[in-house]
Amino acid sequence: MSQIAPPQPAAIWQAVASVLDPEVPVLTIEDLGILRDLHLDESGHVEVVITPTYSGCPAMDAITADVVEALAAVGCHDVSVRLVLAPAWTTDWISEVGRRKLQTYGIAPPHHRGDGPVPVALSVRCPQCGSADTRELSRFGSTACKSLWSCRSCLEPFDSFKAL
Amino acid sequence: MPTSTRHLATAPSNADVSRYALRLGDDALISAQRMGEWIAAAPQLEEDVALGNIALDLLGQARALLTYAGQLEGAGRDEDDLAYLRDERQFLNAQIFELGNGDFGFTVARLLVTSTYQHALYAGLRHSADSTLAAIAAKAVKEVDYHRDHATQWTLRLGDGTAESHRRMQQGVDAVWPYVSELFESDALTTALAASGVAVDPNSLEEQVLVYVEQVLTEATLTRPEATVRHTGGRSGIHTEQFGYVLAEMQHLARSHPGAKW
Repeated sequence: MSQIAPPQPAAIWQAVASVLDPEVPVLTIEDLGILRDLHLDESGHVEVVITPTYSGCPAMDAITADVVEALAAVGCHDVSVRLVLAPAWTTDWISEVGRRKLQTYGIAPPHHRGDGPVPVALSVRCPQCGSADTRELSRFGSTACKSLWSCRSCLEPFDSFKAL
Repeated sequence: MPTSTRHLATAPSNADVSRYALRLGDDALISAQRMGEWIAAAPQLEEDVALGNIALDLLGQARALLTYAGQLEGAGRDEDDLAYLRDERQFLNAQIFELGNGDFGFTVARLLVTSTYQHALYAGLRHSADSTLAAIAAKAVKEVDYHRDHATQWTLRLGDGTAESHRRMQQGVDAVWPYVSELFESDALTTALAASGVAVDPNSLEEQVLVYVEQVLTEATLTRPEATVRHTGGRSGIHTEQFGYVLAEMQHLARSHPGAKW
């Protein structure tokens, strides 16, 4: 078997950055802002740093496994995934690309929290028909990061990504 | 935060910080277990989901805190060992967290108090001299903010609802009240850790927590009861009769199949 060239940093980053979030499978972990860092040392060891959205996010184990698998596919087998809590993740880290993907997928993207101490309750636009005439059914939705809404115009229910 | 002002007179021992993390972790763990019991039993489907999500947040906080407590202890115990293999007297949660769920009104009243307490606690602990506790708190404070909001909305809705919902909400508040003051008890451990900037002195939280809770109760047309009895003992491992049943359910699987993996 011929020698395989060691993977280049750009390819390594690309492999990790394209891992999908298992619970919102249109977003990559880069879109979501939970991929924090990647270190490649001289021995070829890759360390990936990720942070959870919520403390109890049950997807972290699956994401860790997916990162290891994605790196194996580009020839990196000496991999560690480190989980960090600080700084705490915020929905403001979801990229613009990510916000557009959410919208298209049928999940209303979170409003920007900014640095203000008081979260402002804003109307959420229906991702299906764009109407602002919507109402919150429950502050807690299908996963920890979403709330459940319904649209008075098109009568469809939808998820909204909670600002955190 | 200017760390230079936080130079420690005496550096806290790992054993002390471990015990403090265990207290907070046990509060979150037992609370998660109780909230989880509502799944498929709440008054409406959305509430099953809401209380399930709150339980999940609390479980995540518990995992981080217990993991850290185990690391500091240095005896090789991980989060699972601490959650599943300790006996009743080794748990350090305040008693309010372990009480049976009872009526939905009681659960809401308890969540209002405990989430307001945890919100104030974690808001302060974000500035802890211990960077791990600070990181856990910075994350948790945003989550319990949602829990507090949820409990507030229910308290208003039930307290200021029908005569029946008002009666049951007030009953819940009355039943929870004798267990509230334990949350604000300081002891040698918290006093020493607060002095070195690691812990938040529980006593310092009492006023702000009660002010918020009382505001909500008043708006909900409910009355803040006078505590004629003050139950205490959880922080030193003394628990209520109901606690053994929580542990039996929570630990049964892990104890029946030691070391099982899936």
